[in-house]
Amino acid sequence: MHPAPSVIVFTSLSGLGFGLLLWLGFGFPAVSGWVAFVFFAIAYLLAVGGLIASTFHLGHPERAMKAFTQWRSSWLSREGVCAVAALLVMALYGAGLVFVGERWSLLGWIGGLLSLGTVFTTSMIYGQLKTVPRWHTPLTPALFLGFSIGGGALMAGQVTAAIVLLIAVGAAQIAYWVIGDQALSKSGTNLASATGLGADGSVRPFEPPHTGSNYLLHEFGYVVARKHSQKLRVIGLLLVAVIPVLCLMLPFSHALAALAVLSHVAGVLCVRWLFFAEAEHVVGLYYGVRTT
Amino acid sequence: MTTLPERTEKKLGLVIDLDTCVGCHACVISCKGWNTENYGAPLSDQDPYGANPSGTFLNRVHSYEITPASGPAQLIHFPKSCLHCEDAPCVTVCPTGATYKRTEDGIVLVNESDCIGCGLCAWACPYGAREMDAAAGVMKKCTLCVDRIYNENLPEEDQIPSCVRTCPAGARHFGDLGDPNSDVSQLVAERGGMDLMPEQGTKPVNKYLPPRPKDQIDEQIDILAPLLAPVSEEPQGFFSWLDKALERI
Amino acid sequence: MAQPQLDLSPPVSDEIRKTTCYMCACRCGINVHMKDGKVAYIEGNRDHPVNKGVLCAKGSAGIMQHNAPSRLRAPLKRVGPRGSGQFEEISWDEALDLAVEWLEPLRADPEKLAFFTGRDQSQSFTSFWAQNFGTPNYAAHGGFCSVNMAAAGIYTMGGAFWEFGPPDWDHTKLVMLFGVAEDHDSNPIKMGIGKIKARGARVIGVNPIRTGYNAVADDWIGITPGTDGLFILSLIHVLMKAGKIDLDYLARYTNAPVLVNSDPKSPEYGLFLRDDDGKPLVIDRETGKLTPFDQPGVRPDLSAKYRQAGITHVPVFHLMAERYLSDEYAPEAVADRCGIAATKIRAVAAEIARVAFDEAFELEAEWTDFRGETHKTMTGRPVSFHSMRGVSAHANGFQTCRALHVLQILLGTVEVPGGFRFKPPYPKPVEAHPTPHCGVKPNSPLNGPHLGFVRGPDDLALKEDGTPARIDKAFTWENPMSAHGLMHMVISNAHSGDPYKIDTLFMYMANMSWNSSMNTRGVMDMLTDTDENGDYVIPRIIYSDAYSSEMVAYADLILPDTTYLERHDCISLLDRPICEADAAADAIRWPVVEPDRDVRGFQTVLVQLANKMKLPGFTDEDGTAKYTDYADYITNHQRRPGIGPLAGWRMSDIGLTEGRGDPNEGQLDSYISNGGFWVGHIPDEALYYKPWNTAYQDWAVKIGIYDTPQPYLFQLYVEPMRKFQLAAEGHGDRQPPDHLRDQIKEKLDPLPIWYETDQTGNDGFTVNALTQRPMAMYHSWGTQNAWLRQIHGRNPLYVPTKLMREHGLKDGDWAKVTSLHGEITVPVMEMAALNDNTVWTWNAIGKRKGAWALDKDAPETQKGFLLNHLIHELLPPKGDGLRWANSDPITGQAAWFDLKVKIERTTAPAQSQPAFDPITSPVGQGPDSLAWKVGK
Ligand SMILES: Nc1nc2c(c(=O)[nH]1)N[C@H]1C(S)=C(S)[C@@H](COP(=O)(O)OP(=O)(O)OC[C@H]3O[C@@H](n4cnc5c(=O)[nH]c(N)nc54)[C@H](O)[C@@H]3O)O[C@H]1N2
Ligand SMILES: Nc1nc2c(c(=O)[nH]1)N[C@H]1C(S)=C(S)[C@@H](COP(=O)(O)OP(=O)(O)OC[C@H]3O[C@@H](n4cnc5c(=O)[nH]c(N)nc54)[C@H](O)[C@@H]3O)O[C@H]1N2
Ligand code: SF4
Ligand code: SF4
Ligand code: SF4
Ligand code: SF4
Ligand code: SF4
Ligand SMILES: [Mo]
Repeated sequence: MHPAPSVIVFTSLSGLGFGLLLWLGFGFPAVSGWVAFVFFAIAYLLAVGGLIASTFHLGHPERAMKAFTQWRSSWLSREGVCAVAALLVMALYGAGLVFVGERWSLLGWIGGLLSLGTVFTTSMIYGQLKTVPRWHTPLTPALFLGFSIGGGALMAGQVTAAIVLLIAVGAAQIAYWVIGDQALSKSGTNLASATGLGADGSVRPFEPPHTGSNYLLHEFGYVVARKHSQKLRVIGLLLVAVIPVLCLMLPFSHALAALAVLSHVAGVLCVRWLFFAEAEHVVGLYYGVRTT
Repeated sequence: MTTLPERTEKKLGLVIDLDTCVGCHACVISCKGWNTENYGAPLSDQDPYGANPSGTFLNRVHSYEITPASGPAQLIHFPKSCLHCEDAPCVTVCPTGATYKRTEDGIVLVNESDCIGCGLCAWACPYGAREMDAAAGVMKKCTLCVDRIYNENLPEEDQIPSCVRTCPAGARHFGDLGDPNSDVSQLVAERGGMDLMPEQGTKPVNKYLPPRPKDQIDEQIDILAPLLAPVSEEPQGFFSWLDKALERI
Repeated sequence: MAQPQLDLSPPVSDEIRKTTCYMCACRCGINVHMKDGKVAYIEGNRDHPVNKGVLCAKGSAGIMQHNAPSRLRAPLKRVGPRGSGQFEEISWDEALDLAVEWLEPLRADPEKLAFFTGRDQSQSFTSFWAQNFGTPNYAAHGGFCSVNMAAAGIYTMGGAFWEFGPPDWDHTKLVMLFGVAEDHDSNPIKMGIGKIKARGARVIGVNPIRTGYNAVADDWIGITPGTDGLFILSLIHVLMKAGKIDLDYLARYTNAPVLVNSDPKSPEYGLFLRDDDGKPLVIDRETGKLTPFDQPGVRPDLSAKYRQAGITHVPVFHLMAERYLSDEYAPEAVADRCGIAATKIRAVAAEIARVAFDEAFELEAEWTDFRGETHKTMTGRPVSFHSMRGVSAHANGFQTCRALHVLQILLGTVEVPGGFRFKPPYPKPVEAHPTPHCGVKPNSPLNGPHLGFVRGPDDLALKEDGTPARIDKAFTWENPMSAHGLMHMVISNAHSGDPYKIDTLFMYMANMSWNSSMNTRGVMDMLTDTDENGDYVIPRIIYSDAYSSEMVAYADLILPDTTYLERHDCISLLDRPICEADAAADAIRWPVVEPDRDVRGFQTVLVQLANKMKLPGFTDEDGTAKYTDYADYITNHQRRPGIGPLAGWRMSDIGLTEGRGDPNEGQLDSYISNGGFWVGHIPDEALYYKPWNTAYQDWAVKIGIYDTPQPYLFQLYVEPMRKFQLAAEGHGDRQPPDHLRDQIKEKLDPLPIWYETDQTGNDGFTVNALTQRPMAMYHSWGTQNAWLRQIHGRNPLYVPTKLMREHGLKDGDWAKVTSLHGEITVPVMEMAALNDNTVWTWNAIGKRKGAWALDKDAPETQKGFLLNHLIHELLPPKGDGLRWANSDPITGQAAWFDLKVKIERTTAPAQSQPAFDPITSPVGQGPDSLAWKVGK
């Protein structure tokens, strides 16, 4: 799939933002006053910034409102609804902490769960797609949630939780890659099933339907070189989990904490790029983009 | 409205004959022509006279080579447009309800004024049947020529899709695949019409007729050999045969 | 949420204007839907005899041709050096004056003008113009196209493949295609294949490449290029040997029984025994007596010999038996050379025999033959054949095509139900065609039509001194039966001043500096070459094109044509009409929109030039013009009394009539209101056996196809060819130069033969290299089309799996492809459904930078390429001091497909090679986005 910057930024940042909101909602850390303000500000910058980025790839952002109507069937619509609800509830909850110095815990819990829901619905936009076997697995929501909660813990300064979660997420990510590399071939969808011509012999694309380009090739034609992706996987893993965990294990220092967060954020962007770039859409079969 | 209808009164669709399609692309351009001038935004082209031309088409003709275990390789021309699936994932993923499946005839359409151009429906379609128009910023797809098939401004015989009307080889058939007695359903039954990517669970309405078995002529030779028995081995014998034969006519 | 309410009956258009497509030469009927006076959508015309409603990709894309940014806008006068593309726009007055200033003086020495037309569909008109100018140097492009098919067909059976005759799609049960990718009958062939596929009947494709028609073929025979003749003669061998031939048909309708002088010492050796009126003689089986072939009640004998004045005469069929029963044509003997297993050859022969004879059927239709015998039924032999350039574009194509016709005739499957059928004006025997004319007189018309069918040496176009009368050397000993001329030799002959120098080269609708020439770079050099005083060797070039093609840059004066939707055209029975096997038909084009540029229909420009020069035929004695423009000519010109360009809606004293009749001022309006065409149906009893069917002959005379009935025999044995052989053997006073004697003796055999084409210098070049027509492109002119070029924007070289392996190639690699003439470097792709020793690419996709209003980095210029750079119009020197043409020694047909190459893997260059510097575009470059919707 074409790794569009807007979607990568969107999923990465909003994931972290809602992750942080989730922890704040559950009262970790139990901040209030101007400290709470700073935490909430960061969370909202990330979450809202991400959501705004997501509109960049729309053909008609001015109609974005319409996207709230189809929550009954559409994960994208559900995500919109969830996100708005989460942001509203958490705003109220945050206001209480910052201005009134009151903690309305119930509100916090609801907001936290909505934040979690937002991340889950986002992940299901991809996880639901049978057409992208690599995504079509429970690991996709697991991973999105993992990154969100783990990243959130990291930013919320929940050291032990963060260490545990990041190690878990790192492991999950590795599993995701290993399984993902088999996903297309295991999916049962191949050129033979795509054309129905398998019975008479081995099928091979001959001439493309057009020598000019089109939307499909732009969206689904993206291919990363195996070597390149292997490199990025290692780097991503180091940044997203290994380095942050090491920083956290060393005696605490603000510099190290900052490094851990930055490294993690960079890592999330990196693995998210791979999440898209490595994903094979079955339409690629018709065009002979992927043969496996 | 994005939820799929329980059932549709008809299942209008196309039946494409892979044994007959010569790969001429007539259906591709006819479709481009009709749909540029009709339903919704025109199908635009970017850099049309330049180094990297691209454009929106609702129907494209691929070609595939089949190499059998024995015998010569075969080449199949393979037209592909929206299959108007019964369980159309493109419909359910659409956040705005722009994409919908008509209850009357099962045609899957995009209501362009509701489309935000998010592209998710194209991601959800296993067949590459949807193309976002770069100029209009909305999703385009085969409309099954919904603006022709009921169009009273067209003569009855022309109330069929543009691609079907134009196909020189008659490899494209249009009709109600929900009605077992329709010509198209009959054709599908006779010729073993097939679904593309059945495992995707989309239940396509469009069907493909598989190519007939090819390169069988050598196998007949034993039956046909007697036909070639020489009238005589040496030339002279041929002329005496000729004389006798001429007597008979 | 409720589902949106749609308007299911939106208005389709304000108006439909019906005319004739010209995105290719098939000439389908189109409905042009207009909105606000603009072209909105083009679809096929259901009532039209050619396409019956369907339309191909090119036809539907006509709207993009009509609005193409590459359209020329005004007459152009060259200001920069030739080939630079630098022009200034001038007015039509200036343009016409300049043209007349150049042309008029040449009337005193008419051969100084060479007027050649390419994709011209008004040849009866353009030749009429050339004839009245007086130049012998006129032809259209048939010489490099498919003259082998036309000539072999007409000499053998008075009609040809090409678009002049189809299989009987409604009755045939087996169709065999030899070397057809697309052909002129584009839509009808597809419709036909669709029909027989629907019936589950069988298609056999004989073709080194398995795409398109050959891909849907039930059986594919990936023959070695150039060997079809051998394969066909082997089929003939097997079928004759098994007696699976139609003796009755042969005896009645062919010259199989005609008696041939068989005395090697006689000056008539090999000629027919004729009576005093020159009628070929046969032996009647009933009486055993010698008699003219056409007498009532005669039952010609296929085997009886006849001795007269000490000379034995044997029937043609006897000679055929002697030749084709010989083991040299046994499947086993030809299998390796054809690359077809002997068993496969037998299997095909057997299937042909089965369908032709076991599936024969009778149509209940009474008809009377030319001998006066009435037949209760018509016998169907449902085997049919079609063939085109795969056979004709080889230097043995004439004989190969002859062999195919002989096979059809032996099976008795021509002009019978289920077989091959003629479209009017065919059948038309050689005798009904003119001979070539080259009688030049200063300031007067030529003594007759330029092109025709020679009957023997006396008809050759030679001057008193025996040198060629025509610039293209058509109808000379080098290629005596070159019925369409040799357009591909004009530029190189004019450049080398052989046979003589010319002053002005006037061309129309042919991209001669690019895809329609062999040795493309060489041609560019010839067109721009200068002599010692710096003048161009070809002093003047006038050219008419409608678009910014590669050729435009090489002319001194451009006369810009309209698009096909903006002018009158006439698709005439005098020319290449749109008839069907059961009807005569002709058609027009008319301006469905007016040009928005300063351009004029070229035919009208020719009328205007003729009027200014007061050419006879176009002006009366007093110099007053007969025709104001082409529309006027179409309506009022009469070729013979009562016979005009259009056969429909003519006038008689009792009112409207068809075929023969006086001009009718309202004729064009009648055509327009009828959808742009006219159809005259052939009576039911005249639908088959046309050459011998009195009902057909009478109908043909009635509508003016001929003036008297012309029944004739199919010529299995072509006597005119024998006459050339006799000359080569020393008989007669018109004698060939000695260096050509052997070639004529060997190649002009009156019975079909197969010979390997000249391989001089080809050692090391062993791979066949071919091109194919893409169904969605038309030569060079499809590329300017924004929709079509997205389908075919570049053309890889397709290489068979075996050669890919051998040369370590994979898809997308680049290969250096060399012939003994040139070298190209191009991208390759693997193909499995391909003859093991053949590479190919799509024709004419590669483009010159600066042409067609495209970006100079367009894929057509970067990755596209032409094979033409590897092909030369001359064969390499053989050391005999002569240069032999790369064409068929009988017809002069350009031998495009004899090309042999060598390929090797190479590193990818910046772009495909050879690369040429850009030409300046006279029209600029097209817009960078399109959303063409004319309605609201
Ligand atoms: N779409 C489209 N239609 C066209 C044209 C076009 O440019 N585009 N051009 C028009 C013109 S000008 C012409 S002349 C006609 C030509 O119509 P075709 O004769 O169909 O022209 P080609 O594409 O040259 O096809 C030649 C075929 O012969 C095969 N072939 C080559 N050598 C041999 C051989 O030795 N034996 C056999 N059996 N096969 C062989 C090639 O593989 C190819 O399939 O098409 C006309 N129609
Ligand atoms: N390698 C290879 N070369 C081949 C062939 C092959 O098979 N292989 N095929 C050969 C054959 S059979 C043929 S017929 C030739 C065809 O080659 P050409 O006869 O050159 O055909 P086109 O390329 O279509 O060029 C025709 C010219 O007419 C112009 N034109 C188009 N429409 C109009 C109009 O309405 N009015 C005027 N005045 N001009 C117009 C176009 O712009 C173009 O410049 O190519 C030959 N060249
Ligand atoms: S028009 Fe018909 S034959 Fe041509 S590509 Fe389309 S389906 Fe095939
Ligand atoms: S083919 Fe694709 S676009 Fe058409 S209905 Fe099925 S899923 Fe939707
Ligand atoms: S692109 Fe348009 S139609 Fe497709 S899912 Fe998005 S909003 Fe719906
Ligand atoms: S049915 Fe209409 S929209 Fe669909 S492919 Fe055919 S022409 Fe195009
Ligand atoms: S075959 Fe196509 S391009 Fe040629 S005349 Fe017919 S519709 Fe036009
Ligand atoms: Mo041609």
